[in-house]
Amino acid sequence: MDFVPATIQEEKLMLKTIGVKSFAELFIDIRSKFLLRKNLQIPEGLSEIELIKEISSLAEKNKIYKTSFLGAGAYRHFIPSVIKHLVGRSEFYTAYTPYQAERSQGMLQAIYEYQTMICRLTGMDLANASMYDGASALAEAALMTTRITERKTVLVSSCVHPDYQKTVQTYCQANNVQVITIPSKNYATDFQKLKELIENQVAGVIIQNPNFFGTLEKVKEVAELSHQYKAILVINIVEPTSLAIIRSPGEEGADIVVGDGQSFGLPLNFGGPSIGFMATKMDYLRRMPGRLVGMTKDTKGRRAFVLTLQSREQHIRREKATSNICTNSALCALTVLIYLATLGPKLKKIAELSISKAYYFSKKLNQQANVKVMNNDYFYNEFVVKVKNSKKILEKLSKFGIEGGLDLGIYYKQLQNQLLFCTTELNTKQEIDQAVEIIASI
Amino acid sequence: MAKLNPKELKYTKEHEWAKVEKGVATIGITDHAQELLTSIVFVELPKIGKEVEQAKSLAVVESVKSVSDVYAPVSGQVLEVNTELSNKPELVNQDAFGEGWIAKIKIKDIKELDNLMDAKSYTEYCKKGQH
Repeated sequence: MDFVPATIQEEKLMLKTIGVKSFAELFIDIRSKFLLRKNLQIPEGLSEIELIKEISSLAEKNKIYKTSFLGAGAYRHFIPSVIKHLVGRSEFYTAYTPYQAERSQGMLQAIYEYQTMICRLTGMDLANASMYDGASALAEAALMTTRITERKTVLVSSCVHPDYQKTVQTYCQANNVQVITIPSKNYATDFQKLKELIENQVAGVIIQNPNFFGTLEKVKEVAELSHQYKAILVINIVEPTSLAIIRSPGEEGADIVVGDGQSFGLPLNFGGPSIGFMATKMDYLRRMPGRLVGMTKDTKGRRAFVLTLQSREQHIRREKATSNICTNSALCALTVLIYLATLGPKLKKIAELSISKAYYFSKKLNQQANVKVMNNDYFYNEFVVKVKNSKKILEKLSKFGIEGGLDLGIYYKQLQNQLLFCTTELNTKQEIDQAVEIIASI
Repeated sequence: MAKLNPKELKYTKEHEWAKVEKGVATIGITDHAQELLTSIVFVELPKIGKEVEQAKSLAVVESVKSVSDVYAPVSGQVLEVNTELSNKPELVNQDAFGEGWIAKIKIKDIKELDNLMDAKSYTEYCKKGQH
């Protein structure tokens, strides 16, 4: 039997009720050149055997590198196999946030523990149940600063991941919030320029640490300056393994900490799914978007987990909700939790390996005549090098099965022939030595 | 059973009350409103000095069931807020017409008070609406 979502009579009734003549009229706001006016050309169904052949041949078109030095927002870390086995259990295996929430005590406990771990890593009082990804979490944080301060301007460092900057811009524009970019100097946020830009109408100051170029920002100084003007300091983190060895943003004076949790056990799936985390101070509890799991007692005095503060969400508060987000990345949050629980204190080892390999790599590169490391300050596991011909280098590395760094010219016009390299615990000394040799040969 | 609506107060259709003394209105929500909302867990107070307009949002009360705006019965500037509510939001449940007051506003236009109901009309209004 065919699935009939609504009969023709029902459709007519619905259209009449909302005062629309035809189904097509619903799309009147979309420019006509974007409207598809013909049926999709979908071929006949395939058998499973045929389908596997078809998809396999498509997959063969992918270039698989034997190693990679590409980071810039997505990081290749080792994923212990226990994660796959636990996440895949049927009790847990759903991407959805629990809807009949309190029936899912196991999932709620997992989210509660995830929140606790995010708090401990960031040095914050509370964390939400997670968001879509790092970029949307940052954009939500930008809006959150405007709710806390009742001001309408945010300052965003140009050393924040450029894609994240765009997401912030998109969210802010729709909410009549002005976004001003803080220039950079020597691959870090220009503190002098920030001093000139900040004033009493600034809701939030947003910086990334380590920043897009790998540099560790002077968070404490920025925090002190922001607080002088009663602005909220947002710290964005795209490589959260760094939290295992650098002082937590909370200790440095951050008010809101957001970031992407992909580094914690999530594979590089051509862009997702990922997970955004968000943590803040107790004072801002009611300004934080998203869901939150709390711990309480049931009528018999037993420990129980609940979705709390839901009354601020869209399904209750409608257009006055703190945010449009009514969900979380439940399965990814579970992955992060299992990853962190599996590694425990060994997370520090991951961070130490990632950073020490970057310093080894950068030192070796800097010894080459045609290569110069550009970062002045300390960096984490990413750094910028200036070369003669970035394209040629990437092509040659690729020939040897090595995925080189990010060509920064793609994002910043003034940074032509500059590459952003990244290392993690997965890069070996041999790979690094080989890459240096190839780069030096051009 | 809700408490009687005091005669000296003025009332809105959104269930706020205003007590007017020397050009200043003390504002809260009615006992009927607190009953509907059930246990109040948080009151978001306005900032002192904020200019508010009649019938626009002044504060927010959050109960275990819902979140509701408290609308300003009159336009004016916020002079004082009941900071006690930060630690004891339940005062709104216990004494909606007294210790559970929310804010004091310097009245901008005394004529706006004509838009409000007296205790008798408000009691009728609640009975009629059954809400």
